[in-house]
Amino acid sequence: MTLMPSSTLTSVWSPANRFLEWFGDLGFFAWQVLRAAVRRPFEGRELIRQLDEIGSRSFPLVALAGAAIGAVLALESRSSLVQFGAKSMLPAAIVFSIIHETGPVVTGLIVSGRVGAGIGAELGAMKVTEQIDAIEASGVNPYKFLAFTRIVACILMLPLLTLAADFCGVMMGWIANTLVEPISFHKFINQGLAGTSFNDFLAPTFRTAVFGLIIGMIGCFQGMRTQGGTAGVGLSATSSVVLSSLFVILADVILVKLILVFFS
Amino acid sequence: MMSPEQAVLLDVQENGATAAESSAEKTDAPAVAITGLHKSFASQIVLNRIDLTVGSGETLAVLGRSGTGKSVLLKLIIGLQKPDSGSIRIHGQEITLLDLDALNEIRKKMGFLFQHAALYDSLTVEQNIAFPLKRHTKMTESEQRDRVKELLAGVGMERDLEKMPSDLSGGMQKRVGLARALALEPGILLLDEPTAGLDPITSGEIDELILKLQEEHDMASVVVTHDLHSAKTIADRIALLHDGNVLIEGSFEELEQSDDQFVSEFLKRDS
Repeated sequence: MTLMPSSTLTSVWSPANRFLEWFGDLGFFAWQVLRAAVRRPFEGRELIRQLDEIGSRSFPLVALAGAAIGAVLALESRSSLVQFGAKSMLPAAIVFSIIHETGPVVTGLIVSGRVGAGIGAELGAMKVTEQIDAIEASGVNPYKFLAFTRIVACILMLPLLTLAADFCGVMMGWIANTLVEPISFHKFINQGLAGTSFNDFLAPTFRTAVFGLIIGMIGCFQGMRTQGGTAGVGLSATSSVVLSSLFVILADVILVKLILVFFS
Repeated sequence: MMSPEQAVLLDVQENGATAAESSAEKTDAPAVAITGLHKSFASQIVLNRIDLTVGSGETLAVLGRSGTGKSVLLKLIIGLQKPDSGSIRIHGQEITLLDLDALNEIRKKMGFLFQHAALYDSLTVEQNIAFPLKRHTKMTESEQRDRVKELLAGVGMERDLEKMPSDLSGGMQKRVGLARALALEPGILLLDEPTAGLDPITSGEIDELILKLQEEHDMASVVVTHDLHSAKTIADRIALLHDGNVLIEGSFEELEQSDDQFVSEFLKRDS
């Protein structure tokens, strides 16, 4: 048996150690947020401000992305389905694809880019300029005022934004389809929804609440542990986007499997 | 034999350690009493079992070279950092082992001016000062506004209610920071480099303002500064930190009479 050289062990162990340490810190952060959440005051005003910041201001981008995907799906799928003589399946293919997978994932990734970076940079800047210390010094719990409100706003807004993306995607899919071969919206929707049940909408839409939890939690965590001035703020913004996107994709795979097990 | 940490823990347990209690019965206690305070970061010892006391209505200036733990000391006093060992008593109440809720009760009795003011940059001047009032008092909106105006008038900035922090100069930010620190009428004021980065005239104005506010509010103050002139103007006593220890503590005149080479060099360099 040959032993691994110590340098190889170190090069493997060091990143693994940092990864475990990061997870441990994230767990502790989540616990602090949870503890703060159950205590008064509940910071209703700040929550409403964050709902507006995260929800309303992400709406145009999410709607545009949903619409673009609906149009692309309609244009790309048409030729394939025509080849197989399944042109009548086009509405169902567009609606099913958008509601089940494309709408939720695209919304999750767009929000993780816009909101994740925003939260990471904002809280990071507050951390390096001692604003978070100032909040704490004035006897206010920053885990509640800054983190809990943003995380809850992300959880509540992601399903609503997903519905908006789905709606715009289906509408644009119909428009793109109609431009090539006119079809009434009523018929398009009837064909699209044929054979689908309420569960087909419910589970995929509400799994984005988990995406919201991931985006809010990682954005706040990375922001509130920022170190090292403006460079650190940039790093926090970037790492918030990268990590939250990565975990959204991972969570999507796991949740799709769970939805197939429990809702099929 | 009991370690200092165990003694503190036992004391906290015996006394219930809640912020609300015992303040009335301990009014004779010094505003801040620090005993055997030790703090290190990795292998670097920043504060090495230091003792300091600040009486009610008294101003202590903490001087020392950069990186000697002056700002850390303030953050330990307000509980933003935890000491490795030692005791910090605020009006007789041990704070090092308090839970967050109890510590927040103590924090309401302290005001903190950060080195760069640390104003919330997404809020206006008025909202910055109203921030602690909204959360810790039952004042109505109009009462809060009156209080904010009163505090801003006290620091000479009553016309800047609606301005954003980014629209203010460094000196103006310090004034607003002072007004915010005084919002809850604290018994203890902690000032981290109140004149750092300011020109001599503005520094003098800030010193005069601090003196005026101390007279008006009768607070105990701990001022961390590099500015010897400022310390001489506003402090009753001065403590000089060196190598993690309090090298000398006393009036400015006592420091001037010291034979210690470091003290002489420090005073000479700064004068």
